Amino acid sequence: MTGLSVQELTVALDRNPVVRGVSCAAAAGGWLSLIGPNGAGKSTLIRAAAGLVPYQGSVLLDGADVRSLPARERARLIAYVPQEPVLPPDMTVEDYVLLGRTPHLGYLGTPGRHDRQVTASALDRLDVARFAARRLARMSGGERQRVVLARALATEARVLLLDEPTSMLDVGHQQQVLELIDGLRRDGGLTVLSTLHDLTAAGQYADELVLLHEGQVAAAGPAAAVLTADLIGAVYAARVTVVAGPDGRPVVAPLRPRPDTGPRG
Amino acid sequence: MRKLGALGIAAIFLIAAMLISALVGAADLNPLDTVAALADKIPFVHLPSGLSALDRAVLFQIRLPRVVLGVLVGGLLAVSGAGYQGVFRNPLVDSGLLGASAGAGLGATLAIVYSGGAGPSAVPPAAFLGSLGGVAAAYLTGAAASRRTGFGNGVATLLLAGIAVGFFFTAVQTLVLQRSAEQDVQTVYNWLLGSLSGATWQLVVSILPYAAVSVVIVLLHGRHLDVLAVGDEEARALGMNPAAVRLIVVAACALATASAVAVSGLIGFVGIIVPHVARRLGGPGYRSVLPLSLLIGAGFLVLADTLARTVLSPAELPIGVVTAVVGAPAFVWILRSTQGAPP
Repeated sequence: MTGLSVQELTVALDRNPVVRGVSCAAAAGGWLSLIGPNGAGKSTLIRAAAGLVPYQGSVLLDGADVRSLPARERARLIAYVPQEPVLPPDMTVEDYVLLGRTPHLGYLGTPGRHDRQVTASALDRLDVARFAARRLARMSGGERQRVVLARALATEARVLLLDEPTSMLDVGHQQQVLELIDGLRRDGGLTVLSTLHDLTAAGQYADELVLLHEGQVAAAGPAAAVLTADLIGAVYAARVTVVAGPDGRPVVAPLRPRPDTGPRG
Repeated sequence: MRKLGALGIAAIFLIAAMLISALVGAADLNPLDTVAALADKIPFVHLPSGLSALDRAVLFQIRLPRVVLGVLVGGLLAVSGAGYQGVFRNPLVDSGLLGASAGAGLGATLAIVYSGGAGPSAVPPAAFLGSLGGVAAAYLTGAAASRRTGFGNGVATLLLAGIAVGFFFTAVQTLVLQRSAEQDVQTVYNWLLGSLSGATWQLVVSILPYAAVSVVIVLLHGRHLDVLAVGDEEARALGMNPAAVRLIVVAACALATASAVAVSGLIGFVGIIVPHVARRLGGPGYRSVLPLSLLIGAGFLVLADTLARTVLSPAELPIGVVTAVVGAPAFVWILRSTQGAPP
């Protein structure tokens, strides 16, 4: 199949299996989101797909195993954005986004005109071109996330691996960033594999969800099948209610474990 | 544009520093005649100069080798400091932290104390090997420790290993000194404080190949150091091999430091202060920080040496004292501006 697929993936960190035999797939141009409690193995799975931790099993891009690819070639196909990207405070936005061209440069190569054009259009696409000369330290949280996405876009990779792309943002900026990612995938045909901790947002943006629990797949499928009060209750040890939102997609709302302890009215 | 401008300023600074140093000293050379005599050496330029034969000897055999040695040593120390700062992602690092100085100190001490008749000629090669040995010991210790513990990304472990190796070498050096003749102790201390007073064309030529190779390698890795700024993991996700880049740059910087230390002794602060000035001038990217450090470091050391040999003339101040007097306050300034940077 086309797109990104992960087969029987097992990752051990310090000899502890963190991801155990997980298989899942994001169709080309689709958005697959991993959800699950802290420590379920979401980030580790993403890092394995980026080739950053050793794994057993396979990661296939359009049916071809990426393990055999040289690092630079893999980086041209798959872009990775960590949960907390390192932003050198004195680096300018433009220089930072230009780093996205690294996989396209030979060992002693330097960025040329084409690299600068790609960088400029990535800055444009994420609406940060006017900040090009600004130092990263002077960017706000939402702007930073857009700059980081611009760097990923500058790699011209077909797959975006996003680890909690909205974790540091308020609800407005979360929505803005998720809309941008959705736009990139619709306009540019990018395939997105992300983790998202906000279950309602995950249901709104991803075509398919994979619920991980202790390194294994607890449930997978469209939002309506995965975001149920029973499943979430069992996997997260949380008490929630799931209602249909105005758009028909599930809205997950937490409930206090003991209903009689709510605010006094 | 800013980068080209900065390079131009740095180049003018270096040329001015070299001219000043060539003109200032015990023998009073006529400035115009000196400039004419220097320009006469440029191919296809022929200028008459009123310098006497003695003045010419002073200029070409005493002052110029010393100026050129200052250029080499200052450039090497500054560019390797900048390289180390890029590799370790820390603006306060320099070669001293990685066992290079302690290794060179131990090498020179052993040569002075145990070489017998060989004397001064044994010191440069011994310091050179000691400096490389210090960095190698630090690197291997750090690599072994981080493999065993999986601690950090290797950067912190490497620095700690460098500090440990430095302490060990210094302890051995102290032991050797404590058991040696007073005259040797004096010689070792003079060497430790740094000096360019032994400058000859022969000494310049002896380090030139190492200087050239190491500087070229470091300069070619500016872009890699910029990628390393986002951390090992993201650098790897961009298709780079951070460990390989680190090894290559550390090896080249070790060679640069060893060449400089071999002919000048221990001269502190150049490797920390100069790259910082380069950042202020041309921005934080290593593709400009490295060449700017090379030029500014060269000019700075030539000026420091001019002070060292004129302030107490005819006696000489150790150049390490001059760079420390300028460098220590500047270091505090860097510390403040690094920590007080607006968020």
